[in-house]
Amino acid sequence: MRIAELMMALVMSVFSIYLMWKSTELPIGWIPEEGPGGGAFPFWLSVGMLLCCVAILFNWVRRSSPPSRSEEAYMDREAVYLVGVVVVSLTAMIGAIPFIGVYFALPLFMAFYMRFLGRHSWRLISGFVVLTPIVTFMFFEIALRKTLPKGYTEPLFYPLYDIFM
Amino acid sequence: MEIFGLLADGFLIAFEPLNIGLVIFGAAVGLFIGAMPGLGSVNGVAILLPLTFLVPPTSAVIFLGAIYYGAMYGGAISSIMLGIPGASTAVATTFDGRPLAMQGKADQALIGAAVASFVGGTISVILFTLFAPPLADVALAFGPPEEFALMLLAFATFVGLGGDDIPKTFFSILIGLVLSAVGLDIISGEPRLIFMDVPGFFHGINFLVLAIGIYGIGEMLWTIEVSRGNVTMSEATVTVRRTVDALKRMAKSWKTMVMGSVLGYFVGILPAAGATPGSLMAYGVAKSMAKDGDSFGKGNIDGVLAPESANNAASTGSMLPMLTLGIPGSPTTAILLGGMVMWGLEPGPLLFVDHTEFVWGLIASLYAANFFALLINIAFIPAFIAVLKLPFTILAPVIFGLCVVGGYVPTQDLHDVWLMLIFGVVGYLMRKLDYPLAPAVLAIVLGPIAEPAMRQSLIGSQGDLLIFFNRPISGTIMAISIILILMPLYKHLPFGRKKEAVE
Repeated sequence: MRIAELMMALVMSVFSIYLMWKSTELPIGWIPEEGPGGGAFPFWLSVGMLLCCVAILFNWVRRSSPPSRSEEAYMDREAVYLVGVVVVSLTAMIGAIPFIGVYFALPLFMAFYMRFLGRHSWRLISGFVVLTPIVTFMFFEIALRKTLPKGYTEPLFYPLYDIFM
Repeated sequence: MEIFGLLADGFLIAFEPLNIGLVIFGAAVGLFIGAMPGLGSVNGVAILLPLTFLVPPTSAVIFLGAIYYGAMYGGAISSIMLGIPGASTAVATTFDGRPLAMQGKADQALIGAAVASFVGGTISVILFTLFAPPLADVALAFGPPEEFALMLLAFATFVGLGGDDIPKTFFSILIGLVLSAVGLDIISGEPRLIFMDVPGFFHGINFLVLAIGIYGIGEMLWTIEVSRGNVTMSEATVTVRRTVDALKRMAKSWKTMVMGSVLGYFVGILPAAGATPGSLMAYGVAKSMAKDGDSFGKGNIDGVLAPESANNAASTGSMLPMLTLGIPGSPTTAILLGGMVMWGLEPGPLLFVDHTEFVWGLIASLYAANFFALLINIAFIPAFIAVLKLPFTILAPVIFGLCVVGGYVPTQDLHDVWLMLIFGVVGYLMRKLDYPLAPAVLAIVLGPIAEPAMRQSLIGSQGDLLIFFNRPISGTIMAISIILILMPLYKHLPFGRKKEAVE
């Protein structure tokens, strides 16, 4: 936990400095007749972020915040495994959306999650896999008229567009 | 009385078939979300907001308001049956609700929670009806300096009253504000903070991306980690006779409920406080008020009634500053506020002038939501208990799916879905290190309002910072904010600490 606290504060300090540098792309000073420049607001806020990180690091050295005292593991092995599997599968799903579209990526993700982490029966899973795209399509594309990305599977939807749109 | 006429008109709007249907549906959905361990009103409102594009804005806000209410009722169900708070707002309900359930009195605790929620909701909506119009009248005189001072006050309450690590609270507020500055500069129109020149940053970072990231993805990751252990469920026997007995017993505790409601309402108005501390405080006061204070924690029904009336009252309380001043009183109302801005219903005093029907329709719908949440809650207690048995491995992928699609829909850009995932994961990692995340969500909603308010004030005053101090209202608010910010810092100073040591 102690190491994680240090790492987070360091990463965030670097991020604050990056933000400060990025803000200076716009004027951060006072422009006559116009008021503060466009970069001023984010610049001073990032300075504040950096100061907060310094304070967090200071507390870390003094061991005055609970996470900087804790000798407990930041995440135990099981937590790393569970959260890791979920994050990786989410990443894979979002990464797959531009290619196979929401209507295939989403059911695949759900099937994987329910089977691999939940050990549910294939019968239950297939129910979800079939219903999810239908409900999603009806709600978002037909009722809300918001097109979801379909990637290479777009042609499969032409007949549906003809009926509903 | 003008208020009653307006309220009557409001009821006509709330009882339009679509709206009343949404109130009932929203209350049921809220109960369901509240009952799920780990999910509360803020998660429900964040994840479901993109779905409400289906209906007109007024109905959408009414629906989300009903979810907010229902979730406050529902939170008690898992607190009592599982001993795990269904939402952080129901933590105090576990103290006595769980022991009652262990003694086989789960039904009494559940009915008590429902009735207390109803009392809390009703008293607070009445207070709301009386307080909102005068407050909005006062707020009509506000200019940019007052607006900015109010925003500062909202953030200052997190620092002064939030009770979290101070540098981390500041950090959370600041990062939220910086993220809100991404996109096109509001005044000069120039692009700014376009990270790595990715075109997706030009349209800015929608508050929903951060809200769904933190309260959808991040919260689910958190729940996955925490809920590994097995939970034992209590049994509840619900019969008409036992219900009547429970109600008779509760009539004696009306004082506790009124106290909880009034306390919860006023605590709820403060942005940093809200329903969780409100319910904990109500529990504490009820304990010290009671003659048999020792029985608290061992299954005293008053220990359920006080926090449950307070958390519902607080949820109404948090709507007061949101509607009248445009500053949200809780993370849930922050998301509601963001939604309202998106729909062109800019919250603030003008709302009461320009969108009278909307305001009163919403207030009337809160009365209705309260009533239906009570009915649904009592009638379907067994059904909501069954909800608790639903395996998390079915619910989680469905919610993740909703998050991904919901994150995509507002801007129709996959870039935002990626950002949402990053915010979710980073938010989860930061939460483990005690970084409070609610201030960041509040900040990203308020940032686009606070920045122009500050810049317009400074343009008006030719760069003189004193403009925030020498106007009476803004000066007072600024002074309170500064005291709130300095309060915890004082303890960190060498002489502040010495004093403590001497004492």
